[in-house]
Amino acid sequence: MTPLTIVFLITAIVTLGSAVMVVTVRNLVHAALWLILTLFGVAVFYVLLNASFLAVVQVVIYIGAIAILMIFAIMLTRRMMQDTGPTVNKGWWLAAVISIALFGGMTWMLSSWIGFDTNLPQLSQGSDSIQQLGQALVSPNAYILPFELASVLLLAALIGSIMIAWERK
Amino acid sequence: MGDPITLITEFIKGILSGWGFSPGLITFILKFLGVGAVASFVLVVDILLVWVERKVVARFQDRLGPNRLGPFGLIQPIADVIKLLIKEDILPEGADKVVYNLAPIFALATVLLLWAVIPMAPTILGSDVNIGVLYIVAIGGLGTLGIIMAGWASNNKYALIGAFRTVAQMVSYEVPMVIALMIPVIFAHSMGMQSIVDAQSVWFVVLSPLAALIFLITSIAELGRAPFDLTEAESEIVAGFHIEYTGMKFGLFYAGELLHALTVSALLSTLFLGGWRGPFVEQAPILGVVYLFIKAFIVYYVIMWVRYSFPRLRIDQMLNFCWKFLTPLALVLLIVTATIDKVLANAATSVYTLANLVANLVIAWITVQILVSYAKRERKRVGQEREAASFRRPVVDEMITPEVVE
Repeated sequence: MTPLTIVFLITAIVTLGSAVMVVTVRNLVHAALWLILTLFGVAVFYVLLNASFLAVVQVVIYIGAIAILMIFAIMLTRRMMQDTGPTVNKGWWLAAVISIALFGGMTWMLSSWIGFDTNLPQLSQGSDSIQQLGQALVSPNAYILPFELASVLLLAALIGSIMIAWERK
Repeated sequence: MGDPITLITEFIKGILSGWGFSPGLITFILKFLGVGAVASFVLVVDILLVWVERKVVARFQDRLGPNRLGPFGLIQPIADVIKLLIKEDILPEGADKVVYNLAPIFALATVLLLWAVIPMAPTILGSDVNIGVLYIVAIGGLGTLGIIMAGWASNNKYALIGAFRTVAQMVSYEVPMVIALMIPVIFAHSMGMQSIVDAQSVWFVVLSPLAALIFLITSIAELGRAPFDLTEAESEIVAGFHIEYTGMKFGLFYAGELLHALTVSALLSTLFLGGWRGPFVEQAPILGVVYLFIKAFIVYYVIMWVRYSFPRLRIDQMLNFCWKFLTPLALVLLIVTATIDKVLANAATSVYTLANLVANLVIAWITVQILVSYAKRERKRVGQEREAASFRRPVVDEMITPEVVE
């Protein structure tokens, strides 16, 4: 058992545990805070996989933006402290079926995966993963089309939000 | 060579391997000790900051400041700490206990985390990650979280309003800040903090004074200091998000705020003022720490200067300033800088520096011209003759009770 395995196991337990807390806890703000811990656990997984860029972007976008906006929305729309209610609604069985199907499907797919037994390949010395990622994103042979499509989509969303908030004189 | 930190590290490494520890474990222990050393060092500086802040504000307000305890009042912060420690710890009724207690720890810890990537000398730095600049942005987001937690868990409307304002301010000012952070990245062709310092044979503030200025302004906004202290505006919402905190929990917020100011100053020094660079630093790396802190304290002085000289902005002015002025300016600056970097990729350093400096000055001049014409138009609009406001006779029984009318 290497130190890496120990760190992985602790992170996995914390991530899964807080994910369970997100759906079982009654207070909405608490659920959002547990969700932040879950997302942070995912960021730690990225660090363990040597994907430092993805790890930091995970924190910036999911915790720094999405989770904070969630808490903000909850605080603005609900009564402050005494916001407790049933944790499930009428469609709970549908959600259960879908998540079981998803989990089962992924397990079935991964059961035939050979990656479990192979060791981590060593990165070649002096390779800069960020530089490679950046070049891949704008290279015509790699991902320029999805990258530009995503940019256009984000721009459209930006303009859309301005249109919604626009004050007509 | 001649660097005490490296010597101590080698010494501990020697002892540990003498005890038969495996190399992996030794690295782990050394990292652990390093984190403890950096955090303790920074926190000790933090105690001194209380004195610096009080002394400087006193001078700005034509007072003497603390001068009773010890020479120049230097023991005053110790007395402050003792006072904070022995004060009653109050948990407001209806507060969310866990979140309430977690928030001040979060507020200070996120500031300490920033020191992990600030290189203090050529050989002394926490972690030379290749995403240093992005890491700073990520930790900034976590800092916002601490303030939201404090505001929400206090069960106090003023605290909640303070938290709302903080989110609006921090989320908005993060945008021009990130764009301004990208300019040193373009110059250094790397996001690692050490590479950015290495690339500054000419300080980046010379290459792009506008970017340094934008970073300074947005940092002050992220700090929530005057003129951006709407988050704790005393005359409106008493103390904002930390209104319910007493004793050492308040002390953690206070220490976090002061330390955040110094941290931001150190970041600005690292990104734009050459970090640990200075004379003889190659021979004696430990001098780098001295240079970094001298630069950081000069920037810190500027931040205090701004804080005690400017009145507070209104919330609409604060948001307009960010979205309608800083963000477009930063975007234009980024496009121009990136273009110059590409066009002059193979030019000499002097040509490259001059081109960037001239581009910055031209952008600044155009900005000032636009602002002047806007101010003229606005003055004309406000000074224009308008009809007097129409007066509608109020319906009496709707507004005033009958007794008053008679």
